[in-house]
Amino acid sequence: MDNDKIKKKKEAWQAEVEKGLAKRPERKENFISLSELPVERLYTPDNLTELDYERDLGFPGQYPFTRGVQPTMYRGRFWTMRQYAGFGTAEESNERYKYLLEQGQTGLSVAFDLPTQIGYDSDDEVSLGEVGKVGVAIDSLADMETLFNGIPMDKVSTSMTINAPAAILLAMYIVVGEKQGVKSDRLAGTIQNDILKEYSARGTYIFPPKPSMRIITDIFAYCTREVPRWNTISISGYHIREAGSTAVQEVAFTLANGIAYVEAALKAGLNVDDFGPRLSFFFNSHLDFLEEIAKFRAARRLWARIMKERFGAKNPRSLMLRFHTQTAGCALTAQQPANNIVRVAFQALAAVLGGTQSLHTNSMDEAFSLPTEEAVSIALKTQQVIGYETGVTDTIDPLAGSYFIEHQTSRIETEAEKYIRKIEEMGGAVAAVEKGYIQKEIQESAYHYQRNVENGERVVVGINKFQTEEAKPSNLLRVDPVVSSQQCEKLKKIKAERDQASVDRSLEALIKAAKGDENLMSPIIEAVRCYTTLGEICNALRSVFGEYEASVMI
Amino acid sequence: MVNDKKIRVLAAKPGLDGHDRGIKVISRALRDAGMEVIYTGLRQTPSQIVSAAIQEDVDVVAMSVLSGAHNYLFPKVMELLKERNAEDILVIGGGIIPDEDVPAMKEAGIAAIFGPGTYTQDIIDYIQANVS
Repeated sequence: MDNDKIKKKKEAWQAEVEKGLAKRPERKENFISLSELPVERLYTPDNLTELDYERDLGFPGQYPFTRGVQPTMYRGRFWTMRQYAGFGTAEESNERYKYLLEQGQTGLSVAFDLPTQIGYDSDDEVSLGEVGKVGVAIDSLADMETLFNGIPMDKVSTSMTINAPAAILLAMYIVVGEKQGVKSDRLAGTIQNDILKEYSARGTYIFPPKPSMRIITDIFAYCTREVPRWNTISISGYHIREAGSTAVQEVAFTLANGIAYVEAALKAGLNVDDFGPRLSFFFNSHLDFLEEIAKFRAARRLWARIMKERFGAKNPRSLMLRFHTQTAGCALTAQQPANNIVRVAFQALAAVLGGTQSLHTNSMDEAFSLPTEEAVSIALKTQQVIGYETGVTDTIDPLAGSYFIEHQTSRIETEAEKYIRKIEEMGGAVAAVEKGYIQKEIQESAYHYQRNVENGERVVVGINKFQTEEAKPSNLLRVDPVVSSQQCEKLKKIKAERDQASVDRSLEALIKAAKGDENLMSPIIEAVRCYTTLGEICNALRSVFGEYEASVMI
Repeated sequence: MVNDKKIRVLAAKPGLDGHDRGIKVISRALRDAGMEVIYTGLRQTPSQIVSAAIQEDVDVVAMSVLSGAHNYLFPKVMELLKERNAEDILVIGGGIIPDEDVPAMKEAGIAAIFGPGTYTQDIIDYIQANVS
């Protein structure tokens, strides 16, 4: 049947259906996705008249990578099952990592506490109450040595959620590797290192955009030479979505940030095919199952096109959008928490059907606190069930060709491109953040969503429908408040034992490098090597770069 | 008698936590309900919050913490408010606050704790009922 004929038949069918609606109305007048895209009653080939298989889909492992970045995808090997973890002291987190590795986890993902993420030592006044709470406290190389004690750094890949001080934590990782006898060219892992989304959505910024972008490009340049298996950045839509954006905004703002990093690196004189292959991404997997699958595919295609057409990248690896996924924390409910297991399973399945390279599944109790071991274990096993039992991993990109999936994939790509153009007109992602445009767009979406939940338009089981009274979980994980004093004691001991003269020299050298245009990685590595603390290094950089002042608006 | 003086609220993020989706949504909702809302932005120390509350002459301080640091930060704010004789300000809190921590928060003087899943309308109603 040709498209015209299908179109005519579809119109006739619609007319027939609409006649019956008076008697049997549909559940809603308008169906829209979680991201407010319209959803029609039925999709048929006439929704895909613009789609060209070779141009828009192609084959796995080939441009434009819509169907996946590897030629065999999960037939070759599964995604990396990587649970984000860390709390308290390095000793406690080290134990949790070993537990996760024993449970069959295949990569580590380190969560740092807020003082570490914002560049303060545990004994700083602003760290009061925060030490060890949302992640592990790292003050000096000594803590990092403990964190990876007994973990073979040549075998495990490690992702570190660290942004403003990413260079320092990477430097520590490199030095601990050396001490384990693992050279830097053998180290594999990722640093998040994505400052732009910190300004717009996540909040752990330190320095203003310009010096921050310079640190990032210094890391790109250093790793290209010295740590070639390292993912130098994880350009993250996850937190943008958590802050309330739609799926389209998640793709658009993430790729706009990606463009800004590529441009900064090109401006610093780097070659796109040197650093391009080490760029990685991080997305959210939310509740609208089909929309999320389309989103991952759209992001992959759009990035490949941007890298090829706009930046002239030639190496196929520069064109591939490789990404980590985490299920949506904001979709977890404190009410009827066991339902979260089901939500997470669907979100994880969407990520797998969307072709993710690694995955974190949230635990059912995370609307209350950090997860218990039992809750984490269910979350990890959810991934194992998807991988080993459901069969969705046996053929590549199994939903391709679905009229709806392909239509939404193209729709999300087109809508994201519109946003990216608008951001370009403002002068790019950095300017858009400085103007508060990105923040405002995200806030609008968040408020709109909350309104829809409160007026019942958007149903959340257990929140605005099917509510029940039930006891809340009682065995929550608590971070022992003594962590803070233990950490301060350790810090005191390190400061007493280290060679203060080399610390002072290392800080002078760092300040000099920061004032000039020398790559900052080497002086940072020298500083961490002699146990200069994270806070001392960040303060030295603050003295040269200043601090970012956020513009606040509601 | 009709009291047409607008209720003034300081929405605050104490500590280092960057999760501001909730506080921003609530700020918008309170404003749409006719209140005057001042949002502090991120990374406020307890003493900055207390100074802002006094300077802005607010009726309500609404704080949000999702990092687990509430056990230190919330009571600290209350302590400083008392020191400056401003304990008549209604202080409410929210974020990720485990149930078992709530009694200690109330004892410190936090009037109410609103957890995940709370309707903004419930917070509006609470404030309107409790601001004298």
